[in-house]
Amino acid sequence: MSKSKAIVYIHLKDGVLDPQGKSIAQAMGNMGYNEFSSVRSGRYFELECDSRPDLDKRIDEVCRKLLSNPVIETYRVEMVS
Amino acid sequence: MKFGIVTFPGSNCDYDAYAAVKHTVKQDAVFLWHKSESLDGCDVVLLPGGFSYGDYLRSGAIARFSPIMKSVIEFARAGGIVIGICNGFQVLVESGLLPGALMRNSHLRFSCKHVYLKAEKYDTPFTGACPPGQTLKIPIAHGDGNYYNFQSDIEDLRQNGQIVFTYATADGEVTPGANPNGSLMNIAGISNKDGNVLGMMPHPERAMEKILGSDDGIHIFNSLVAHFDKKRALAG
Repeated sequence: MSKSKAIVYIHLKDGVLDPQGKSIAQAMGNMGYNEFSSVRSGRYFELECDSRPDLDKRIDEVCRKLLSNPVIETYRVEMVS
Repeated sequence: MKFGIVTFPGSNCDYDAYAAVKHTVKQDAVFLWHKSESLDGCDVVLLPGGFSYGDYLRSGAIARFSPIMKSVIEFARAGGIVIGICNGFQVLVESGLLPGALMRNSHLRFSCKHVYLKAEKYDTPFTGACPPGQTLKIPIAHGDGNYYNFQSDIEDLRQNGQIVFTYATADGEVTPGANPNGSLMNIAGISNKDGNVLGMMPHPERAMEKILGSDDGIHIFNSLVAHFDKKRALAG
């Protein structure tokens, strides 16, 4: 069975406060990296997938149901073969 | 009446909740194992605090798919009384039984201290026996308690009377300074629209005896008992 890999990026939605990102940006400023005015944090997953015709739909489902919290987050999927 | 206290892997307030119900409020209490689908005929389901599944992914995100949660969701949808405390609140928002999300505290620190809660309404199964006009001194212990929702949804919560507890000063003033985690509108606890599901970050089960610093948590458990007494009396 052929395998593929899905890379899932989870982002906070625009407008949702990101205290972690904010404090990272502040630390960068303290280190002298003042050119980075904003940092937004997120999460990253690699999924090894068995091929099946409805794989895209299944990945989408798992992103919505489990990997992201649709109230505050959005996601983006990249397929790598 | 009978309380069912759910134990997830990583729950750590289940025994406190059990002791609160069994020994202080003197009602029946049983533990409900996360792998079971039976609620054992309980009148109230309590999702306790802790770190279910190590808080992996997001707090409450994995516990929400436990076999027991299928039954809890059905029970809640049928009008059953469910209370989620701290991690239990996180499980309830992840499961969709309560709206919104609980984000990292705005100051990024785990916060463990007594706070004062203002009951925003008294006509709920959870607050009916709370002394009107008095704040409740109850401890919090969480890192992800910062209640978030879209502005329009927050407005809905307010209009539907779903905001049950807010963080306040000892005198009951809802001020930014009294907010320990950055939650919108100082929200400490909300209910669903039907009012039968409550989630709250503070731990009433840790405030059951004066020797613990406060016994104000009793009022919340007494409210539940009074609610069921009344229901039974009406059913006659």
